[in-house]
Amino acid sequence: MPHDDHDHPHALLPPDPALRVKALETILTRKGLIDPAALDEIIDTYQNKIGPQNGARVVAKAWVDPEFKAELLKDATSVVADLGFYGRQGEHMVVVENTPEQHNMVVCTLCSCYPWPLLGIPPGWYKSDAYRARAVREPRKVLAEFGVTLPTTSSVRVWDSTAEVRYLVLPMRPLGTDGLSEDELVGLVTRDSMIGTGLPEEPS
Amino acid sequence: MTRVHDMGGRFGDGPVHPEPEDAPVFAEDWHARALAVTLAAGSLGQWNIDVSRHARERLSPKDYARFSYYEKWISGLADLLVETGVLTDEDLRGETAGDKHPLTSRVLKSDAVAKVLASGGPADRPSNVRVKFEPGQKVVTARQAANRFVDGGHTRLPMYATGARGRILMIHGTYVLPDSSAHKLGDAPEPLYAVVFPASELWANPEHPQDEVVLDLWQSYLEPA
Repeated sequence: MPHDDHDHPHALLPPDPALRVKALETILTRKGLIDPAALDEIIDTYQNKIGPQNGARVVAKAWVDPEFKAELLKDATSVVADLGFYGRQGEHMVVVENTPEQHNMVVCTLCSCYPWPLLGIPPGWYKSDAYRARAVREPRKVLAEFGVTLPTTSSVRVWDSTAEVRYLVLPMRPLGTDGLSEDELVGLVTRDSMIGTGLPEEPS
Repeated sequence: MTRVHDMGGRFGDGPVHPEPEDAPVFAEDWHARALAVTLAAGSLGQWNIDVSRHARERLSPKDYARFSYYEKWISGLADLLVETGVLTDEDLRGETAGDKHPLTSRVLKSDAVAKVLASGGPADRPSNVRVKFEPGQKVVTARQAANRFVDGGHTRLPMYATGARGRILMIHGTYVLPDSSAHKLGDAPEPLYAVVFPASELWANPEHPQDEVVLDLWQSYLEPA
């Protein structure tokens, strides 16, 4: 049975993680320091209201509206805020555009920085040691694990989110989508394509 | 030398296991609870984001490696609550009653959640530190990833990018310096840049000669090259 480092107060809580969370929540609630209804509200927000559908809206709009795209690449924070996407972990946004010559990919090697208002809570793999350790050193091998192979004519630029600036990748619009509306295009934008570990879906 | 969280470039972690796009946001109910308790406790205003990051980084290397993501959050939070005097060891042991706490007036109420999450916490600040570098200029990073104020303190220069030559890609503006803020030494805002490095500057065997890595780095991490 592993033991916590006993110099740290957390070791005083139950070791099982679910029980540890429950214990801390109970203690804080009894002291009037947290409101359980507020916790439900926070969870509901990130489970149901804020997620990759927000980023997909931004990407699809950039695909159909060149003026919007130019503004987005120049000053993402205010442009996405105008669409209602602003808040915690998205206070300073930069959007980086994929081209045939350059593919962008985002990581946070030091923790798990991620643009919450546009993509929601990061998926497990984004927070994993393997992704954090390897994305900067061997992005192409990592991409292969996502089923993505880039041509050798394309360079990879990996963005390590070391400050409070949050990066969103603007993927290339898939071929054969000229006739699609913005709403239809939203459905092709995957979460991973906006992190840079995936590509948008092809139209069916 | 930094701490266990500074893992960029490390070997040995094995493959990444992507989850499907439609996997649940929270794999377990307690993950959601851990995130919510952490955000709600943050609203008590006893620390900032840099302090809370550093609390997770200060977990012992053994705990850091062994704990899952939200275990790090909840354990870092418990440590912070005691360090800041919000709770005591006895509270964590469950040995105290639910007496009224002096911070109850700050509790995050459910009707305030939407507003708090939507307003965020911007990290840019006015600064009188002069912008030293311009886009395109060549720079070299500090030789060591070390906090200049506190030994073993928080810093955001990863070890893999120390002593590396790159060029300024963007000037973001002037931002809170985490090295200072994480230790409650003040915001100490200074210019922040996106700096681009050829992969060959960072790695012994880069995958492709044209590949690059960009990091956001504060002015005090950089010298002209």
